[in-house]
Amino acid sequence: MTKADAAHGAGITLEKLRFAYPGGSEMAFDLTISPSDIVAVMGPSGSGKSTLLSLIAGFETPTSGRIMIDGKDVSGLTPHRRPVSMVFQENNLFAHLTVAQNVGLGRSPALKLTEEDRAAISDALARTGLAGKEDRLPRALSGGERQRVALARVLIRKRPVLLMDEPFASLGPALRDEMLDLIRALHAEQQMTVLMATHDPRDAERLCRTMIFVEEGQVAASGTTAAFIAGDASEAFNRYIGARREINYSTTN
Amino acid sequence: MALGDEPLTVSRAPDMERRPLMDRRVAAGRLALAAVGLLIGGAFAGLAVEALQQGTGAFAAFDAYLLRIARFTLWQALLSTLLSVVPAILLARALARHPAFMGRAFILRLFAVPLALPAIVAALGILALLGRAGIFAPFLSVLFNEHWPGIYGLSGILVAHVFFNLPLATRLFLNALESVPADQWRLAAQLGMGARASFRFLEWPAMRAALPGIAGLVFMLCVTSFTIVLLLGGGPRATTLEVAIYQALRFDFDPARALVLTLVQLALAGGVVLALSRLGASLSGDANLPVAPRRIVWHTPLETVLNTVIIVAGLLFVAGPMAATVIAGLKADLARLATESAVLSATTTSLLFASLSALLCLVLSLALVAARRALEMKRGALPAGLLERATDSGAAMVLIIPPLVIGAGWFILLRHVGDVFAFAPAMVVTVNAVMAMPFAIRAIRPAYDAASARHERLCLSLGITGWTRLRLVDWPALRRPAATALAFAAALSLGDLGVIALFGSDQVQTLPYLLLQRMGSYRTADAAGIALFLGLLCLALMFVADRLGKEKT
Repeated sequence: MTKADAAHGAGITLEKLRFAYPGGSEMAFDLTISPSDIVAVMGPSGSGKSTLLSLIAGFETPTSGRIMIDGKDVSGLTPHRRPVSMVFQENNLFAHLTVAQNVGLGRSPALKLTEEDRAAISDALARTGLAGKEDRLPRALSGGERQRVALARVLIRKRPVLLMDEPFASLGPALRDEMLDLIRALHAEQQMTVLMATHDPRDAERLCRTMIFVEEGQVAASGTTAAFIAGDASEAFNRYIGARREINYSTTN
Repeated sequence: MALGDEPLTVSRAPDMERRPLMDRRVAAGRLALAAVGLLIGGAFAGLAVEALQQGTGAFAAFDAYLLRIARFTLWQALLSTLLSVVPAILLARALARHPAFMGRAFILRLFAVPLALPAIVAALGILALLGRAGIFAPFLSVLFNEHWPGIYGLSGILVAHVFFNLPLATRLFLNALESVPADQWRLAAQLGMGARASFRFLEWPAMRAALPGIAGLVFMLCVTSFTIVLLLGGGPRATTLEVAIYQALRFDFDPARALVLTLVQLALAGGVVLALSRLGASLSGDANLPVAPRRIVWHTPLETVLNTVIIVAGLLFVAGPMAATVIAGLKADLARLATESAVLSATTTSLLFASLSALLCLVLSLALVAARRALEMKRGALPAGLLERATDSGAAMVLIIPPLVIGAGWFILLRHVGDVFAFAPAMVVTVNAVMAMPFAIRAIRPAYDAASARHERLCLSLGITGWTRLRLVDWPALRRPAATALAFAAALSLGDLGVIALFGSDQVQTLPYLLLQRMGSYRTADAAGIALFLGLLCLALMFVADRLGKEKT
């Protein structure tokens, strides 16, 4: 994969995807996401947001159905062979490896790095605002900086799909906005398809064109973020967001 | 390396490719379980084959002698438990009520030493103190107005067992007392509770909850005690089942009797463990070194004096044999011993066996820990399956079956194959490795599970697997606990006189075996010197294990 053909997004289609945790009730996802879209995945806790991302990433195995990315069935591939990068809420970094090594794992899982790789790592760190912090250990970084390192690794992996599971839930509001802007900038550059699970409609509003609302293991509604926020897209979403909308908008207005 | 080797093709066999690492971990766990099973199963097979050959003849061995030994085994264990647990309650209480007692931290540290000391070293220490030619012998001769015959038989066994188990029980009781919330101590102080009231309302409830477990553990340790009884129990009147098994195999060469003795011992130990698990006791006897919290305790001068007397008496009792070991050891001709070829070769053999045994223990434990974690992740919220439970508590089964019994089973079986003594290295290394597994697993498992919880998905998503994963991800997290497990297992193996007593010969001698031989030929000074050396070696290893286990990276 060269730099040129990596700079694109891939469409994602979930076809009659069925899944259940051992002892849990069945979930069913049917979903199409267009290339290079930025999608907010919202829904109550336990609704299946994370499961949806885990299925696309390959951490969970569906009982039936297909996952298509860029027109190819990836259902049988191990997580690292899928054209997908993932950022978790925490534990994105190995605590005993330096910042540069953590990013370098995106190039070589055995950390066999060439000069070219090292240059790419430095470049990625510079673009995520971490220049000069190559040799630090994660514990010497702030929470926001740690997530930036994870994003730097996303940058050098150049996968056409980026999945984020509440990536900024543990950051304060100002830092959050900064990170959302950084993702917007990365998206402008690489055009990857982004799926972000979040609890906060303001994250969605700031970053995402599209929103899907997950409830009880199903995609209950999808549409533009604007329509959702205006309250026109889904009754279920309006109920979920209900009280929160009052607080958010009475204080910000 | 670029991304060119990441073909996004569809695999035809998704299940094969999905989680190769996990399946490999489970496979390794099965293998480790099979190895442990083989070791224990082989011993039972040996016993079964012998039983079939003996037929009804074996029952002839059920006689008055056997009954007497079984009764003595239980009797000495009962007395040892009483003499260890009751003073431990007083001692723990005294230590808990005097958090600022001078040298308290030192005393607690000293109380951890018997746990690390090989039984043979402690037995020698007690003989150096209370034996016929011991340090106290002149005083005791005057006291009893006859020539002091030395401490042998039941009294010797009891002193040694209390030396080991009083500090253990004290630490465990103190642990229980430390779990009383600080607010309750404050409340007691505010209400003006005296010693009697706070014992009744605070201390006794906390200790009573821990009592069955602690007493059970001590009882179990005394029922299966081998070395102490071998060295201090005198003659047929003070012999336990384990020692009788050893004598039947080594001296009388009477496999039929050994078989019956082993079966009785197994039934006895099994019964005790069954009763213990009903009581919810932990068989591994783990005690964190309690730190003294800030605590306001109200005591009268009389209580202070009484508690001081109790603490000092406990201290002297535990420190005595240790000091005697050192004094007697230093009197030995250490320079000659250090250059004697028998000592040197026994040291080499011991270190070699201990290293191999520790390594084997670590590998087996790691395999079980990784398999357990993999199985746990696979099942999600479902209840644990049989295999997972086997990897979880299977290793603890080893604590139930005394090593000497395993050794005896194999001894009887291998007799049919060839020269039993030729198998000594393999038997010592494997049995000692498996014996240390419960402790090693406890050292490794928290670190492994934590690392896995943190890194499992990240490794999957970045494709870090196999050796790369071990090198880059798991090993850095496991280095310390693994070193702890290694040092602990090595110390345990180094000081063990169980299997080697059965399988040892002039060709294969470890330090404890050499020590036993020197004692047998009345070369007491040599024995004392070797005991000092062996004791220091084990303590050093335990010290390393403890330090590595505590420090954080």
